[in-house]
Amino acid sequence: MKKTTKQTLITLGMVLACYAVVEILMALGLVSSLMKGVLVPVCIYSLCAIGLNICVGYLGELSLGHAGFMCVGAFSGALCTKFLEGFIHNKAILFIIALFVGVCMAALFGFLIGIPVLRLNGDYLAIVTLAFGEIIKNIINNIYIAKDGSGYRFAFINSKTIELGEEGTWILNGPQGISKIPRISNFTIGIVLILIVLVISYNLVNSRTGRAIMSIRDNRIAAESIGINVTKYKMLAFVISAAIAGAGGVLYAHNLSTITATPTNFGYNMSIMILVFVVLGGMGSFRGSIIAAALLTLLPEMLRGLSDYRMLIYSIVLIAMMLFNWAPKSREWRDMMVEKFKEKRLKKEVD
Amino acid sequence: MAVLEVTNLGISFGGLRAVDGFNVKIEEGQLYGLIGPNGAGKTTVFNLLTGVYKPTDGKILLCGKDITGKTTAEINREGIARTFQNIRLFKGLTVLDNVKTALMNKYKYSTLEGILRLPKYRKVEKAMNERAMELLKIFELDGQADYLASNLPYGKQRKLEIARAMATEPKLLLLDEPAAGMNPNETEELMNTIRFVRDTFNLTILLIEHDMKLVSGICEEIYVLNFGRELAKGETSEVLKNPEVITAYLGE
Amino acid sequence: MELVKYLINGISLGSIYAIIALGYTMVYGIAKMLNFAHGDIIMVGCYVVFICMSNLGIGAIPSIILSVVICIALGMTIEKIAYKPLRKATSLAVLITAIGVSYFLQNSALLVFGANTKSFTNVVTLPSLTLAGGELIISGTTIVTVVCCIVIMLALTLFIKKTKAGQAMLAVSEDKDAAQLMGINVNGTISLTFAIGSGLAAIAGVLFCSAYPTLTPFIGSMPGIKAFTAAVFGGIGSIPGALIGGILLGIIEILGKAYISTQLSDAIAFAVLIIVLLVKPSGMLGENIREKV
Repeated sequence: MKKTTKQTLITLGMVLACYAVVEILMALGLVSSLMKGVLVPVCIYSLCAIGLNICVGYLGELSLGHAGFMCVGAFSGALCTKFLEGFIHNKAILFIIALFVGVCMAALFGFLIGIPVLRLNGDYLAIVTLAFGEIIKNIINNIYIAKDGSGYRFAFINSKTIELGEEGTWILNGPQGISKIPRISNFTIGIVLILIVLVISYNLVNSRTGRAIMSIRDNRIAAESIGINVTKYKMLAFVISAAIAGAGGVLYAHNLSTITATPTNFGYNMSIMILVFVVLGGMGSFRGSIIAAALLTLLPEMLRGLSDYRMLIYSIVLIAMMLFNWAPKSREWRDMMVEKFKEKRLKKEVD
Repeated sequence: MAVLEVTNLGISFGGLRAVDGFNVKIEEGQLYGLIGPNGAGKTTVFNLLTGVYKPTDGKILLCGKDITGKTTAEINREGIARTFQNIRLFKGLTVLDNVKTALMNKYKYSTLEGILRLPKYRKVEKAMNERAMELLKIFELDGQADYLASNLPYGKQRKLEIARAMATEPKLLLLDEPAAGMNPNETEELMNTIRFVRDTFNLTILLIEHDMKLVSGICEEIYVLNFGRELAKGETSEVLKNPEVITAYLGE
Repeated sequence: MELVKYLINGISLGSIYAIIALGYTMVYGIAKMLNFAHGDIIMVGCYVVFICMSNLGIGAIPSIILSVVICIALGMTIEKIAYKPLRKATSLAVLITAIGVSYFLQNSALLVFGANTKSFTNVVTLPSLTLAGGELIISGTTIVTVVCCIVIMLALTLFIKKTKAGQAMLAVSEDKDAAQLMGINVNGTISLTFAIGSGLAAIAGVLFCSAYPTLTPFIGSMPGIKAFTAAVFGGIGSIPGALIGGILLGIIEILGKAYISTQLSDAIAFAVLIIVLLVKPSGMLGENIREKV
């Protein structure tokens, strides 16, 4: 079996095994309600981390606006569900449509934002994605959609232009967001989504397209010199990455009955949190992303005293990981350990 | 018809005329050398030919087709591949994947076919693997196909870069100091490989080199550049005897 | 008269952005890195002044001096621990580290000072200026802010042009390796740059909080990002660029708030950043290499 195929299967197996263990524990009544509450978030963060990993780990560009794509996915998905709620009663179909819409919208935003953003590099690209993420949040907070006897009403910035008739209800009420979203998301759906996204992501990076994306990361000039259309593949990676974050957003929206676009939900903080998962799990490792997302979400919940320090721990993780990977002293130490390991193996072989 | 025909190529950086009035005509299958003292503008010529810089004036014809002003990627697809003075490999990819990446414009399937692993994906990937291994074998890299490119020793990295450029099936191959940093044995070996690929694939090669043994050993004709302008050109042995060329290299 | 009032407010806010932008621009010019944590040093500076004045009852001027000293120490420590080992790392690694530091400062402040909003007492006691027969009132804070900004700009320009350390900064920003070969202490110069930037951040913080007196652990990030916008706007690496960029951004923000929408003011500032980066990534004065620091 090819090495890459093996990697994919191990990761898929790991996710399935975790799912089985959790389900069994739940059936035995061993999972506290607190733990149950974080199962879907773990799936959401895993999805977003996989998506961001394509952008950071494979394309090599830092996006600080992924919470924005998650936000687009969440709001478009939730709106879709709210519109169709009256017509479609099958929850699975409702969710699949919402997922499709959310993913497409996130991909569309990824594309639109990508056109200007991907012309930049490095620090500038990061700060512009951050700016776009904030703009998306800011704009959503100023959209008003309502429904009454005479149909749907829309407003931007000024909600007073909407005069609701009797039995009128708000669908999207600016900063108050969308409420009464049917709670369709559950752990099983989350796991299924992760499995699908994993297969897509692994197959992507182990294909012709994936190699083109990684070649741009490793050496843009050399990639151009062998005829790779850098803009096209950068865009492709960015859009796919955004679309996966969008899927995470749809899952998020249907896990809560009310969603609002606040800084903690969809702001820069969320982007950083996802980045922490990617960095800790290892840039370029989808399996690592999932493990990091699960550990860093579950640990502070399990050790209750830790939850106050969660964000502080995240920040230390970021700094420590970078120093560990790049500081000259830590590199020396790692090289030394690798040498020792090799010697030991050599000795064994000689014996 | 000449594979490469360049007329009056020139570029200015601010007030500096880095290359001026460069004319060259390379016939198919020829091994052509481009030499000159440091800072003469040799690499700039390569950058102009491959579209890294846009020429301020002049015309570049590849097999009679005007490619002036096209992007680097387009020019590669037209048929010019190159290596770099400071090696530019895809360090995070394996040796095999470095070559496979370069095969991507010749062996195609869509992104969707890749994600869904349709039969076409398997077929094309198999063909790609075979082709890539063939190329690696020529450069004696087949034993290290699974190594990360960054873990190869220096000499092999240079070879891999040539193999990668070859994978795009170029009509014209540009080698920027292929023997830099190699010891005499490695250089000797490299000369044989270059000759071999030229003969096997009927390739046209233009190379920049400071190692005069290599240049006089394999180049049929050379072009000498000094301060961005032509100093001499013609048959290698003749040009190397030219007193002006010797002065440019060794000083008065 | 409305417009004049807005313009004056814009210049006042812009002056603060300009002072913060100096920190970004100098560090970017010399260490070639985007110091994400710069905005959070502002926040630390504000808290120091707040605690000195409210809890310890120290006067305004000594509090500010103490705050500047602490911020300088903090900036230099951060540089030494987090950034210095990464000189040879990829820019992605450095950026992630800087984000980590920013996050660390915010969350440490959150744990130490709590999430509650503190109301900052204005340190400026200068009376306001009434012009045009009472139609135009310029507050003392505005006057102090603008004067501070001008003094800092002049002092910094003189420092770079006239002193040995300033010349060393120019050299390091041109070419680190060559500067090292010429016997310039590169690490010391980078350290000094961080020190100056952080000290200025403390002053900017005090001015910012005097104008907008709500203090939370997160107040630094928005002005920080906006000041970075200003630095890019003016041309990163350029001191006059930071001034012009800062003041223009301040005016755009205030006018946007007044005439377009209050809720969208942040979006407008960010839109400016995006447009500038796309149309002229080197900024307005970006090509002015002589002034580069």
